[in-house]
Amino acid sequence: MKALEIKGLRKVYRGGFEALKGIDLSVEEGDFYALLGPNGAGKSTTIGIISSLVNKTAGTVSVFGYDLDTQLADLKRQIGLVPQEFNFNQFETVQQIVVNQAGYYGVPRQLAKERSEKYLKQLGLWDKRNEPARSLSGGMKRRLMIARALLHEPKLLILDEPTAGVDIELRRSMWDYLTKINEQGITIILTTHYLEEAEMLCRNIGIIDAGQIVEDTSIKRLLATLSRETFILDIEPGHNGATIDGFNHRWTDDHTIEVEVDKDAGLNRVFEQLSEQQVKVLSMRNKANRLEELFVSMVEQGRQKEAAQ
Amino acid sequence: MSHSASNFIALKTIWIKECTRFLRIWVQTLVPPAITMTLYFVIFGSIVGERIGEMSGVGYMEFIVPGLIMMSVITNSYSNVASSFFSAKFQRNIEEMLVSPVPTSVIIAGYVGGGMARAMIVAVIVTCVSFLFADIQIAHVGYVVLTVVLTSTLFCLGGLINAVYGKTFDDISIVPTFVLTPLTYLGGVFYSVSLLPEFWQKVSMANPVLYMVNGFRYGFLGQSDVGIGIAIAVLVGFNVLFFAMAYYILDKGIGIRS
Repeated sequence: MKALEIKGLRKVYRGGFEALKGIDLSVEEGDFYALLGPNGAGKSTTIGIISSLVNKTAGTVSVFGYDLDTQLADLKRQIGLVPQEFNFNQFETVQQIVVNQAGYYGVPRQLAKERSEKYLKQLGLWDKRNEPARSLSGGMKRRLMIARALLHEPKLLILDEPTAGVDIELRRSMWDYLTKINEQGITIILTTHYLEEAEMLCRNIGIIDAGQIVEDTSIKRLLATLSRETFILDIEPGHNGATIDGFNHRWTDDHTIEVEVDKDAGLNRVFEQLSEQQVKVLSMRNKANRLEELFVSMVEQGRQKEAAQ
Repeated sequence: MSHSASNFIALKTIWIKECTRFLRIWVQTLVPPAITMTLYFVIFGSIVGERIGEMSGVGYMEFIVPGLIMMSVITNSYSNVASSFFSAKFQRNIEEMLVSPVPTSVIIAGYVGGGMARAMIVAVIVTCVSFLFADIQIAHVGYVVLTVVLTSTLFCLGGLINAVYGKTFDDISIVPTFVLTPLTYLGGVFYSVSLLPEFWQKVSMANPVLYMVNGFRYGFLGQSDVGIGIAIAVLVGFNVLFFAMAYYILDKGIGIRS
């Protein structure tokens, strides 16, 4: 079953700005889907329309078969939303915020309190349950928004930049948590600027730019289209004259070299040449996130295509 | 769970949230009306009132008690909903309700219920204070309850409409200052409109607050400047109009959805 199906979705804001130009998108039940795009591409508008915070201009949206126009209440029950900005009452306590939110979805107060214990414990906020939200750290506030979105036990969780401004340790723990709940059956859609995040977590990906879907495929298939990668080699000092024939390369300082390698060429020839020159390689890593390279090239291709039209 | 059961839980949730809010800040919400009204009773009732003598056949203190209670109800109904809804809009936590399946009518009912709860508590406080200054009798309990409920509902709806349209905190203080206060003071709280020249009596009849104050006064004293039937009709009419407006703007998402 489709968790989300969008057809011909358009949004023209007052003033004439066309944020979405008729996009089609579908996400299968159980998927972990990333929606990527540069700032102003239309990600938040898309999420805003799905969660009915933004009125659409045209097109259809359905969530688990419920139509946005005709079955809005049922559609809303399927969704848990974690917005980009903190949007809870800063003066309410942590537990009041999550229990009230569950109440809006018709969860009886006693049951909501029981569930609040479960989710606040899972997200490490139980000890803070009686604290006003304004006293929480940024990371805690993000986790609070996840707990709030889960309390009515939605089938689709939508996260808009969930790890923006969150430190690495906390980001990793949030990734683990999201992976766990996805394995338990919750379909997840997230937008992110951290492409590593999409590569680590998601199975499928949609790339949106200037209000249009540039790509909608699986991450595996997308990465398979990558033909070249750049590696950074840390070299023992004193060998900065070494060269690698047949590969684009450059010394960035006296102990670091960047090498571009075609996917089918392999790294053996690189190491053979360096060994012949008595160059000792201390370590090696990818220069950039692979997905980032693809993302940039796809967005550029999309813009060139649009300019040509 | 049926939609109606779910909506009832949502309504209860909004109402509890609203009551928790004004009770948490009781020093700002419940104490000031008690102090203000005590001052009114002391100055206008005891000090000035004794020189005025009778108004519409009753002591001046007895005459102003219903109007002052109604003034507190109007002010507190309006400001509770206006400030709470505007804060929710300002902090964007109104989105918590907008993304959930709570129908527009339930959101309105929840906020109105919260505003009414505060207004009724304030009304009880002010009534208790008035017992210290006057011997209050209630002629028609039913009309007292009916007019106070309808008036409170009306001004809660007014506060909600103001908050939806308001863009800054200034916007939600303009109406109470420049509209509500003049209408209330000129709505017969402190005097009987029969004292006015004929022309100003007719002008006063266009002031809806006059019907609320007099309807309420009828409940207490058994007499008023306007017929009780007309007062109730005006209140019902304005309630229907304000509810329709509040429903329309919230349902369309004016000022709260892009």
